[in-house]
Amino acid sequence: MQRYSGFGLFKHAFSHHENWQRMWRNPTPKPVYDVIIVGGGGHGLATAYYLAKEFGIKNVAVIEKGWLGGGNTARNTTIVRSNYLWDESAHLYEHAMKLWEGLSQDLNYNVMFSQRGVYNLCHTLQDMRDSERRVSANRLNGVDGELLDAKQVAEEIPYLDCSKNTRYPVMGSTVQRRGGVARHDAVAWGYARAADALGVDLLQQTEVIGFRKENGVCIGVETTKGFIGGKRVGVVTAGNSGHMAGLAGFRLPLESHPLQALVSEPIKPIIDSVIMSNAVHGYISQSDKGDLVIGAGIDGYNGYGQRGSYGTIEHTLQAIVEMFPVLSRVRMNRQWGGIVDTSPDACPIISKTPVPNLFFNCGWGTGGFKATPGSGHVFAASLAKGEMHPLAKPFSMDRFHTGALIDEHGAAAVAH
Amino acid sequence: MLHIFCPHCGELRSEEEFHAKGQAHIPRPLDPAACSDAEWGDYLFFRDNPRGIHHELWVHAAGCRQYFNATRHTVTYEILETYKIGEKPRFTAAGGAEPQAVDQGVTA
Amino acid sequence: MSQVNRLATGGRVDRSQPVTFTFNGQTYQGFAGDTLAAALLANGVDIVGRSFKYSRPRGIVAAGAEEPNAVLQIGSTEAAQIPNVRATQQALYPGLVATSTNGWPSVNTDMMGILGKVGGKMMPPGFYYKTFMYPQNLWLTYEKYIRKAAGLGRSPTEVDPDSYDYMNQHCDVLVVGAGPAGLAAALAAARSGARVILADEQEEFGGSLLSTRETLDGQVASEWVDEVVAELAGMANVTLLPRSTVNGYHDHNFLTIHQRLTDHLGEVAPMGMARQRMHRVRAKRVVLATGAHERPLVYANNDVPGNMLADAVSTYVRRYGVAPGKQLVLSTNNDYAYRVVLDWLDAGLQVVAVADARSNPRGAWVEEARARGVRILTGSAVVEARGSKRVTGARICAIDVTALKVTSPGEVLDCDLIVSSGGYSPVVHLASHLGGKPTWREDILAFVPGDGLQKRECAGAVNGVFRLGDVLADGFEAGVKAAVEAGLSPVEGSLPATEARHEEPAIALFQVPHDKPTARAPKQFVDLQNDVTAAGIELATREGFESVEHVKRYTALGFGTDQGKLGNINGLAIAARSLGISIPQMGTTMFRPNYTPVTFGAIAGRHCGALFEPKRYTAMQSWHLQNGAEFEDVGQWKRPWYFPKAGEDLHAAVARECLAVRNAVGILDASTLGKIDIQGPDAREFLNRVYTNAWTKLDVGKARYGLMCKEDGMVFDDGVTACLADNHFLMTTTTGGAARVMEWLEIYHQTEWPELKVYFTSVTDHWATMTLSGPNSRKLLAEVTDIDLDKDAFPFMSWKEGQVGGVPARVFRISFTGELSYEVNVQADYALGVWEKIIAAGQKHGLTPYGTETMHVLRAEKGFIIVGQDTDGSVTPDDLNMGWCVGRTKPFSWIGWRGMNREDGLREDRKQLVGLKPIDPNQVLPEGAQLVFDPKQAIPMQMVGHVTSSYMSAALGYSFAMGVVKGGLKRIGERVFAPLVDGSVIEAEIVSSVFYDPKGERQNV
Repeated sequence: MQRYSGFGLFKHAFSHHENWQRMWRNPTPKPVYDVIIVGGGGHGLATAYYLAKEFGIKNVAVIEKGWLGGGNTARNTTIVRSNYLWDESAHLYEHAMKLWEGLSQDLNYNVMFSQRGVYNLCHTLQDMRDSERRVSANRLNGVDGELLDAKQVAEEIPYLDCSKNTRYPVMGSTVQRRGGVARHDAVAWGYARAADALGVDLLQQTEVIGFRKENGVCIGVETTKGFIGGKRVGVVTAGNSGHMAGLAGFRLPLESHPLQALVSEPIKPIIDSVIMSNAVHGYISQSDKGDLVIGAGIDGYNGYGQRGSYGTIEHTLQAIVEMFPVLSRVRMNRQWGGIVDTSPDACPIISKTPVPNLFFNCGWGTGGFKATPGSGHVFAASLAKGEMHPLAKPFSMDRFHTGALIDEHGAAAVAH
Repeated sequence: MLHIFCPHCGELRSEEEFHAKGQAHIPRPLDPAACSDAEWGDYLFFRDNPRGIHHELWVHAAGCRQYFNATRHTVTYEILETYKIGEKPRFTAAGGAEPQAVDQGVTA
Repeated sequence: MSQVNRLATGGRVDRSQPVTFTFNGQTYQGFAGDTLAAALLANGVDIVGRSFKYSRPRGIVAAGAEEPNAVLQIGSTEAAQIPNVRATQQALYPGLVATSTNGWPSVNTDMMGILGKVGGKMMPPGFYYKTFMYPQNLWLTYEKYIRKAAGLGRSPTEVDPDSYDYMNQHCDVLVVGAGPAGLAAALAAARSGARVILADEQEEFGGSLLSTRETLDGQVASEWVDEVVAELAGMANVTLLPRSTVNGYHDHNFLTIHQRLTDHLGEVAPMGMARQRMHRVRAKRVVLATGAHERPLVYANNDVPGNMLADAVSTYVRRYGVAPGKQLVLSTNNDYAYRVVLDWLDAGLQVVAVADARSNPRGAWVEEARARGVRILTGSAVVEARGSKRVTGARICAIDVTALKVTSPGEVLDCDLIVSSGGYSPVVHLASHLGGKPTWREDILAFVPGDGLQKRECAGAVNGVFRLGDVLADGFEAGVKAAVEAGLSPVEGSLPATEARHEEPAIALFQVPHDKPTARAPKQFVDLQNDVTAAGIELATREGFESVEHVKRYTALGFGTDQGKLGNINGLAIAARSLGISIPQMGTTMFRPNYTPVTFGAIAGRHCGALFEPKRYTAMQSWHLQNGAEFEDVGQWKRPWYFPKAGEDLHAAVARECLAVRNAVGILDASTLGKIDIQGPDAREFLNRVYTNAWTKLDVGKARYGLMCKEDGMVFDDGVTACLADNHFLMTTTTGGAARVMEWLEIYHQTEWPELKVYFTSVTDHWATMTLSGPNSRKLLAEVTDIDLDKDAFPFMSWKEGQVGGVPARVFRISFTGELSYEVNVQADYALGVWEKIIAAGQKHGLTPYGTETMHVLRAEKGFIIVGQDTDGSVTPDDLNMGWCVGRTKPFSWIGWRGMNREDGLREDRKQLVGLKPIDPNQVLPEGAQLVFDPKQAIPMQMVGHVTSSYMSAALGYSFAMGVVKGGLKRIGERVFAPLVDGSVIEAEIVSSVFYDPKGERQNV
């Protein structure tokens, strides 16, 4: 792999940047792989990378129907945090957080992970109780977290309206200072480049149209480019997981919904951290390019259209202007929608399936981006060993039958 | 912003008046006690989530407050029909006629 | 300063109305009718900004929405700042204050420019992915500088003085764009009687007709515009919206229009006016007449000020009477571009030469130019612009378009303006907002709208129709068709005559070749706003970015505020060429709203501040205010939290209020509790199914507490329901859960059990509720009611009807405090009067008003739960030690019963609600604190539960709490620990959750 560095840029400038290598190959599919990953988004690419790097399994294919990182990796609001309430979630997301810290160096690709702090505002007494509970749990789980009062919030977040004039005055906030944002596309590309360098075949423009089974056991995938054999198959297709499960012959407890987001025109720095409010229902950060990156909740109906309803955008901007009245004259440049696979307890499914040798990693809902390294790592471990990684075990599909849900809905943690 | 024909009001109204309530035609088991944990879990949580024709429950929350079903395409978002609870859909994924605009007005 | 570039005559500006404005601190003058861009050009302002990455000087390129460079900051006061205003779309108004957004110390002498020149070589696309990685902890520092350099304008830091609104509109036909096609379409649709909305983004209707040299019926085209607009304005079925951009085309023919009501008048709206308005339009049919954007050619140094679009220069000359230069060179591949040459000559200015990539162009306009002595170099193109802060010359070479090679050394011609035209890109944005892919037409070298889900016609240039006569006819036909589709009868009409003219097709040319390879040639800009070059796109494809979305994301092509209106087609043509595929194979990126940016405030409308969400008050609000209540938000309600007396804080007030209830009597406004009136012969059966406990035997006149679960067996609401008559019940719910419960009852009734005859009516707002609680409550109530309050006549958990305070009332003898309590319900209209009478009568009984905080303490002392505080959606009735409230033998399998009996629901070590008594009676456990059995263990600790409610009890004299603890009900008497943030640990004993009056005697007296 051609190593990236500031010096390299300097050197390449003299050859007019004509000698940069491809970041990944366009390989011809092999007949059979040790592991096939279906879905070339961030989670899938991370899985492939860790399989090759950590578990020595390099005969791996990632099969992507479109272009790498073209799903929710390309369409999210890039927030990274690990301050989840329940132990199972906190451990998983904190595992990811630790991998984020050092990811650029590990991949030799600057994913611009910016630990600028994530604030979750409190507007009611119950918000305060829930936040105390979450911060308390976070700290005892080894996840950093602080609970701020209204005065501290006003000091730390300029231009946030902390007056009593708002509909739901700010009473306080949690902050995870290690949380922040990252450059979403770079995460996919960095993993892709590093996985490719370790021998992983990235097969773009190849769509999986079926799973081949022998005696009920998965032995590979049917694709638009023919059959590709795989000793183990891991499906990481986010919003399309339900569709894939259908091809494999079972159902998932998932619904795919549109999740919309929007950006402003690029402006000079004004929002220096990530600010989220569940009660007022909006969140905001500012990209390095200067765009305010804004989102809110999902649209209520099932949808694969990568678009949602205008009313959601209105509500989101009402929330933003309510929180930051100074932004009223800033303008919205662009909106878009992703397809998020929501589970009943707002937690992912990382699981074996009714089909032996077929594994699914899905149901990340609105919060998948932040988990990318952790999700990839534990899924790789599970695929490598054929047994679920301890951090993944609580996220088995079985929980929807036994009732052992990990209900992040009921908790104060915002599911973004 | 979807335009939804409320079969109770007999009018096309804007989505803001409605709430989507998930997949339709999932009856509560008549004898829950006879269900295994797995069957009960299926009833509670497992959904078809198709890419295409979807029968789904809506409520005219800011209107007549009545529930009804809609047959909607989850990719194009076209609503092929809406119908009252207890009625059968005219359009199904299994086929039948090529979906045509129904006589309820402009929905797509 | 004089307007050096203002022509002596011509244009639609009002020369009798000079308008003074400032740009970068300098005062200039323009005329009414100018855009800011026209006025800047009139004054000879070349440099309007510095580029984003390389800090290169940039000038105005276009005359409309596609302008990438003239993106300015407007505003004379802090609160009125408007970032990123496109000067080409901003009407000039007196006193306008504009500044450039980048450049230090000024845009003319920018120090960053030097850095850009040197460092630019090290900044290929994606350079930031390849560096700034070491050392790891420095990224936040690098980032700070990157952020500072990025971004265009700045947000105000004061609150917006303006207001915004929106309007819902319904129409038969919405016509988007009021150029020739749009006007014709609107005319056709309007004459058929259709309800028509005509929206156009510009200051006045007419589009290209306002500046074209072509005539209609032998007259200046704008005369026809005036006639049509006058006719439309006189029709009651037509709404005309100028300064209104249709910015989004959503599902089911819902479109949004951003109307700028006052932006042409000043930076702040005049008193009493909204600054901007969003029209939310549901249109039966839409006619998209959005026109086309001229595409520049991509050649070396094509970003130096003085490189402009051909059409834009025509517009400045003919519409604004401004000539942005003296000596013009045109580089083109098509006939239409020759109009600028003729316009320039008409203005008495010099055309240096035309470079036409075609070998033998013979169109009518070409011939006219030739006849007027213009030097036309065929088979040629401008390959490089000369000059640094302003064009000083153009290097024109012969080129081979097929091999994409320069074939002659060429010549450098002196000039101060290079205009280019590479053809026209139909404005397919709106047509593609629902995901419809545009289709490539090789004959016109452009993408046109593809099939979509939209009920619309496309007309004119957006449809790939460019001849004026054809455009008018296409527009009229589309208008007729739309009206017919909307259910109206077609009309016929005559359109004005246009000039017949020989035209020849264009030749495909996007990036002009250079003698050096792209990577070594001077920069050839594709996307000016994002400093994306042809070399950058080639590099991206070389590095493996092969999909159009990858190219876009890696290079930032089209990511600017112009969303690539000028650059995208050129960019994907270059990418396609590098990859050896065709343009349609390459495809376009997704088109998403907005077409042009929209003010946040306009989208938010009135729904901010006081109108963000409704505030709900009870009938006694005025009394609460007069008596100094502090309020708590509960759902949408504002509830009195506590009533502090002078000098009291929350704790002091609550302690006083609590003791008053325990020792005398208190009054609580409980009106916010949800109330649902349930009637019908099957009402009782219905209650049996939705509550966990049994309702069969509840007699008329009695009330009962009930728990409600979801199908998963988790508690979701609770409340007391009273039997008013055999077929008539009144259910109460939690304050926050009222709407949820109502919907819950309805969904089960309507979808699962429609055979049950039962009806639900929300009566929360109809009844006001005042709770009298405390040992003196009976004595007090007796003074204001005719109801017999004798403890046997009116026992605990029953209700009576009668008069209270002289009005009809229902009184419920139920208790949430553990004290003797009466909940008085009267019609909300009477409630304030009744409340005041009770208050007056209560003086001698020690009556004290109390708020929600005291209510919380008192109920917790009794171990009563609050759903949402002591529960969180993962708690069953058994977890709450409320098994007494579970009807295990009810015949019907009620909601929640099966769910709570799943494997996980039966675990013995589930978290269970218990009382917690801190060992130190003065320490109050924080609500939310996590609990452990072993406080000395290492992190991550094994947590066993958390504190849900915690208070200092004035009545008990010590602190107490409730919380959930794993297997807690079997651990009564054991210790738990709460390790706190400050490092301290609070130790507590697990006890029964009933702290006060455990036998329940006080409520039953």
